[in-house]
Amino acid sequence: MLSLAPEKPKAAAASHPPVERETLLIEVEGVRKAFPGVVALDDVSFRLRAGTVHALMGENGAGKSTLMKILAGVYIPDKGVYRLHGRDIALTSPLDALENGIAMIHQELNLMPFMSIAENIWIRREPLNRFGLIDHARMYQMTRELFAQLSIDLDPEAKVASLSISSRQMVEIARAVSYNSDVLIMDEPTSALTEHEVAHLFRIVRMLREQGKGIIYITHKMNELFEIADEVSVFRDGHFIGCKRVEQLSHDEVIRMMVGREITEMFPKTIVPIGEVALEVEHLTLDGVFHDVSFSVRQGEILGVAGLIGSGRSNVAETLFGVSPASSGQIRINGQAVSVDSPRTAMQHGMAFLTEDRKDTGCFLNLSIQENMQISVLGGDNLKAGFVRQQALDSMCAAMSGTLRVKTPNLDERIENLSGGNQQKVLIGRWLLTNPKILILDEPTRGIDVGAKAEIHKLICKLAGQGVAVIMISSELPEVLGMSDRIMVMHEGRVTGIVDRADATQVSIMTLAAG
Amino acid sequence: MSISNTQPLDKAAKSGAFGFKLPAEARIFMVLLGVALIFELLGWLFVGQSFIANKERLIVMVLQVSVIGIIAVGVTQIIIMGGIDLSSGSVVALTAMVSASLAQTSDFARAVFPALTDLPVLAPLAAGLLVGLVCGLINGTVIAKTAIPPFIATLGVMVTARGMAKWYTKGEPISMLSDNYAAIGAGINPVIIFLVTALVFHIILSYTRYGKYTYAIGANRAAARVAGINVNRHLILVYTVAGLLSGLAGVVTSARAVSGQAGMGMMYELDAIAAAVIGGTSLNGGLGKITGTVIGTLILGTMTSGFTFLRIDAYYQEIVKGIIIVVAVVADQYRQRNRRS
Repeated sequence: MLSLAPEKPKAAAASHPPVERETLLIEVEGVRKAFPGVVALDDVSFRLRAGTVHALMGENGAGKSTLMKILAGVYIPDKGVYRLHGRDIALTSPLDALENGIAMIHQELNLMPFMSIAENIWIRREPLNRFGLIDHARMYQMTRELFAQLSIDLDPEAKVASLSISSRQMVEIARAVSYNSDVLIMDEPTSALTEHEVAHLFRIVRMLREQGKGIIYITHKMNELFEIADEVSVFRDGHFIGCKRVEQLSHDEVIRMMVGREITEMFPKTIVPIGEVALEVEHLTLDGVFHDVSFSVRQGEILGVAGLIGSGRSNVAETLFGVSPASSGQIRINGQAVSVDSPRTAMQHGMAFLTEDRKDTGCFLNLSIQENMQISVLGGDNLKAGFVRQQALDSMCAAMSGTLRVKTPNLDERIENLSGGNQQKVLIGRWLLTNPKILILDEPTRGIDVGAKAEIHKLICKLAGQGVAVIMISSELPEVLGMSDRIMVMHEGRVTGIVDRADATQVSIMTLAAG
Repeated sequence: MSISNTQPLDKAAKSGAFGFKLPAEARIFMVLLGVALIFELLGWLFVGQSFIANKERLIVMVLQVSVIGIIAVGVTQIIIMGGIDLSSGSVVALTAMVSASLAQTSDFARAVFPALTDLPVLAPLAAGLLVGLVCGLINGTVIAKTAIPPFIATLGVMVTARGMAKWYTKGEPISMLSDNYAAIGAGINPVIIFLVTALVFHIILSYTRYGKYTYAIGANRAAARVAGINVNRHLILVYTVAGLLSGLAGVVTSARAVSGQAGMGMMYELDAIAAAVIGGTSLNGGLGKITGTVIGTLILGTMTSGFTFLRIDAYYQEIVKGIIIVVAVVADQYRQRNRRS
C-alpha cells in the first residue's frame, strides 16, 4: 500500500477560492477553541457563500463538529473573528444564533416525542388567537403550507413519537426551514435515511440553495459530497486543511486531504476458504415485523444484508440473537435446531451481536473501557468462587485492545471519552473475547472515520479467514458490495433476493431493496 | 451531537496530565471532615468543649445511624442498578414486629404467640431476615415481570408492609423480649453489624460478577441485556438482597428497643437514599460506591449529633438535611455535565 508522509497542515487563509465579498454569509478567521487538555480548533478559517452547499469533511476529532457548534452558538470561541453578513458578531447561545438566521439540524434528534409535529415545529412561536391562547387550526395550516413547500407528506397533528426516525429527520429539517434562516447547518443528515429519502432531502437542499441560502453540510459519505456540495472545506486534527470547489477535486484527493495519506485499497476483501454451514434459518418470522426469512451462512463467509430503513434487517439480527425471540420458524446452528430466547442463549450457541446503536445498546458510557470490554466474559474460567479474576481479564483486554489498536492511554478511561471509531473497536473487542463462531454486525462502521473504518473492514476479513461466519448489515452499498461473499436483500420484512458477490451491483441490490 | 465527533481520542489522557484526580470518596470524606470541623469550632465558641474529642459522642454518632447505614448498603446497590426502593422503612417495621413476636419470653402473659415463647434467638433472627427477603423478592419480581417503574412498585410495598405491621398485632406494641435477642442490638453491636455489612458488600460490588452486572445494568440496561446479562434475574436478586438488609435493620431496631412497634423505621427509606446520594451514588445509575455511602451515613450522623451537641432544635436539623440532599444531587449533576462538555 502506498503511503505518503502526513502533510503538514497549511496556513489557512491562502487556500480559499476568491470570492466577492457581498455573497459571503459567514466569514470566520483565526478561530481557536480549547477544551481542558486539548485544542479542538486552532487558527481555523471558513467562508460560507450564499446559494451554496458547503461540505465540511474530516475524520472524527478533526474539529468540524466544534466549528459547526461555534457557528451555531453552542460554543463560544476563545479567539478569532466571526462575521455574519460582513458584520462582526459574537453569538452567546443557540437561540441567539437562530435569531440571527443560523439554524442547525442536529445529528441526534431534538424533538419532543409526545407533542404533535406542528407543536414541535412552532414551539416558542405558536400563533395565538384573540384570547391569547394557541390557535391550533392556524398552526396546523402553517405546518401544511410548510410541508407543501418542502413536499413532505406528514400529518401535522400526528405525535412525533409515532414517526419513524427518517420522518423525524424531515420534521427537524422543516423546523429549521421554518425559521427562514439564511444559514442551515446539517450534521450528517442522511445517516438515518434511506436512499429514497436521501433523494428527497437533496431536493430540499437544492431548493434552499436556489433561494440563496447557505448550507453547511457535514458528512462522512464521499458520494454525497460529489452529489450535493458546491464547495468543501477539509479539516484535520483541529486545523483547516483547505477549501476547494468540488468539481476541482477527485474522490482520492479528498481522502488524501482528510487523512494526509493515500488510501488505495478501500475494501481489503480477501478470498478465504468457505467451510460448513454454521447457521441456517428457515421461515423465521416475527409477527408484524418480518416474515418467512430463510438463509444460511457458512464458516468463513461474509453474508451482507442490505435493505432500506424499515425493511426489517436489524429486526432479523435482533431475533437471531434472542433480543426479540421469533414467533415462528427455525434456527439451526451446525445442523442442530436450537431455540434462542435470550441474548444469553444466543451467546451459548457461539453467537455475537454488534448492535446498530452504539450509545443505546452498546456502550456503558460511564464505565471504563475495561469494564465495557470484559462484561460478556464474566464467567467460566474468569470467575473463581463468584469473584472476578481481574488480573487475567486485564491482560486479556489489554491484548485485545492492542490487536484492535484502540487509541487510549489506558483501559481505565471512561469509554465516553473515546471517539466513535474507538468505542466501536472496544465493543468489537467485547464480542471477540467471547470467541464467537457466528458474528452479527449491524452497521459496523456507521459514523466512524475513514481510517478506523478501513481497520474494521480488515478485521472482519481476518475473522472470516479464521472460519467465523459473519452476517454484516449495512446501509452503505459500497461496503456491502465490497465486503460480502453473498448479499441478502430485504424489503418490508421479506427477503427479496440473495445475490452472489459476482452478480451483485449497486443497481441490482437497490432494485431488490426497493421491492 | 455525538460526543465522539467533538473530542479527539486522547482528551482524557491529556486532562489527566494536569494533576491527579481525587477519587469521589475522598471528596465526600472532606465534606465529612468539614462538617465535623464546623461543629468543633461552634462547640468551642458556644458550648465551651470539643465536639470531636469525646469518645462517647463519637460512638453515639455512629450508633444512631447504624440502622440507616445497613439499609443504605442495600439501597446503594439498587440505585447503582438504576432503581429506587421506597419500601425499606416499612419493611423495617414489619420485620421488627414479626421477629419481636418470636422473641418473647414465657413469663409474659399476653404474648402474641403464647405457644411460641422462649425460642432460641436464631428463630426470630431467621424469621426477620426471611420477611425482609420476601419483601425484597416481591419488589424485584414486580419490577422485573411487569414494566412498572420501581418508584411505584416499592411505593406499593411501602404502604402494604406498613399496613401489615399495624395489622399484625392490631397496633399493639410487642414487648418482653428475651435477653439473647436484645443482645443483638446492645452496646455497639449495631455499629459492628453496619460496618461488617458495608465491608462485605463493598467487596462484593468491587470484585464479583454480581457487582459488575449491577453497575452495567445501571449504566445501560438495554446494552446489558444484549451483552448477555440476565437483567430480570439480576434485578430480582439485587432487590432481594436490599430487602434482606432491610430485614436485618428491622431485627437490629427491635432488638435495640427491646420491643416491636408498627411505627418503627418511619422515613428510614429516605434517610438511606439520602446517605447514598450524599455519598456520591448517582440517581442516573451506574455510579456509586459503598464506601461513599458509609461516609454519607456518617455525615447524617455527624449532623444529628452536632445539632444535639449545640442544643439546637431538631427542626433545624431536618431543614439542613433537606438542603444538603439537594446540594448533593446538584453537585452530582454538575459533575456529570462537566465530564460531558
